Amino acid sequence: MEILVCVKRVPDTEENEITISSAGNDIERDDLVYSVNEWDNYAVEEAIQIVDKVGGSVTVVTVGDDESEEVLRREMAMGAEKGILVSDDAFAGADGKGIATALKGVVEKEKYDLILTGAQADDGAGQVGGMLAAMLDLPYASLVNKIEVLDGKLKVGREIEGGNQEMSEIEMPCVLSIQTGINEPRYVGIRGIRKVASVEIPTFSASDLGVSAVEPALKKVDYFVPEMGEGAEMLEGSVEEMAEKLVELLKAKGGLK
Amino acid sequence: MAQIFAYIAHKDGVADDSALELATAAKAIDAGADVTAIVVGAGVDALCNDMAASYKSVWKIDKADVAYPNAEIIRAMLAKVVPGDAVVLMAHDTFGMDLGPGLSIKMDSPFAPDVVGIDGVDGSTLKMVRQEFGGQVSTHVACDIASGAVITIRPGSFAADESKSAGGAVADKTADAGDVTAKRKFLEVVEAEAGDVDITKSEVLVSVGRGIEEEENIEIARELAEAMGADLSCSRPIVDAKWLEKSRQVGTSGQTVKPKVYMAMGISGSFQHLGGIKGNPFIVAVNKNAKAPIFQVADIGIVADILEFMPELTEKVKSA
Repeated sequence: MEILVCVKRVPDTEENEITISSAGNDIERDDLVYSVNEWDNYAVEEAIQIVDKVGGSVTVVTVGDDESEEVLRREMAMGAEKGILVSDDAFAGADGKGIATALKGVVEKEKYDLILTGAQADDGAGQVGGMLAAMLDLPYASLVNKIEVLDGKLKVGREIEGGNQEMSEIEMPCVLSIQTGINEPRYVGIRGIRKVASVEIPTFSASDLGVSAVEPALKKVDYFVPEMGEGAEMLEGSVEEMAEKLVELLKAKGGLK
Repeated sequence: MAQIFAYIAHKDGVADDSALELATAAKAIDAGADVTAIVVGAGVDALCNDMAASYKSVWKIDKADVAYPNAEIIRAMLAKVVPGDAVVLMAHDTFGMDLGPGLSIKMDSPFAPDVVGIDGVDGSTLKMVRQEFGGQVSTHVACDIASGAVITIRPGSFAADESKSAGGAVADKTADAGDVTAKRKFLEVVEAEAGDVDITKSEVLVSVGRGIEEEENIEIARELAEAMGADLSCSRPIVDAKWLEKSRQVGTSGQTVKPKVYMAMGISGSFQHLGGIKGNPFIVAVNKNAKAPIFQVADIGIVADILEFMPELTEKVKSA
């Protein structure tokens, strides 16, 4: 099975405090550490596991700048055979539709049985997979947390509300967006990345793919720090002092039995 | 102003909470609009009549093959019946996430996902609020809706419109929706397995998130829970890592809990997690990141490393 996995380089927001730039139109990016979007690691791992079972190969693709090559190498160190970098000023500032348009160009250059994306990335939109499928007229399932390969089709589980799982059969080729927890992505060490350091990664421009820029549907007016409700009463002092204060508060609220 | 539609999510004949929230969101776009609810399913007459109390117009698509909401079939039906320049609202739930992005392509309309606020329309520009980076920052976005739009609304972001004074009429659009051959076939829903503890019944929860860092540190949280007489729960990354069982996960994709006291330990507070906490509990948040969204909904906030704070708290609780 030929599998294409679409990945994205994103700022690591779990480890970093996000602040808004002084101009107010972006986040402060200078000190951020970038890595592969967490969901994408699960998608790549799932692709590798499928190929291990039924044969074929895994290709990883990203739309980004030269720095995005590092995330391709990381995923290739996991076991993806090929990498494709789509890099063009036409895609700078592209939204989900712009990215999906570029990916459509990539998909149409080769024959893939299965196209995977992460269920979402840093902007929380979760839109690229569904848009790509619609552009290609392929069946689509989002939030997939189980894949079983059948003959010419897949049995997939979607994560739905309440921890339940919606099972469907889906014909290939198809596009699936992958939810975290579907597998346990393998660890990649420095040595693994060194091994793939010299593998050539083809770079495609918009004209190589026969696609053009798409005006973003949403124009960002400004960024601000959200205020939901009044905010917490913040305790101050040493860890011991805060723990003492908290015990008194918990007693009053029935939090201790 | 384009026509506004609201896709009504429902289960077992009952509309989802989001159904009346979308009515409020629609009014925020255009206070004078006659909004059309779309109800797709099998045997949905009673539900359509319910919705007619809240929506001026209700479109019914009643067919056996959409008895379960298969997004692939419903996407094709909506693309056929809804005018191309319409604004279509739906909940940003697991169904809306499945349906919305592809629908926007099929309708050739802009897509606005996971909208949490609507500031109104200026000309044909709709100003909305979204969040990025796990809710750490918000952004105002502007969208030209002259050629329509598909907008998914985060559940709970708008108050339900309980006025029930629309006096609407139901129109049957089943024939217009036509027959759709789907390459994705629904099989069944596998219900979540019950765990050894039912955290939906717990009065006090010690809930751990990514801040726990290592599997062996779960014990530190367990000791605190035991000292407090609380049950142990967690956020999604802990279940993804298989450090605790799925039945202990709080959130929209896990359990909905209603405790008196909720201790969010090293949990950043994504909306999916907060969506699983109901009943307005007393929330204590401990997190290293002073900007974590959880502090905005917590009653008591403590900026600290939970791996230092929890053992200290356990000692203080034991000697209390």
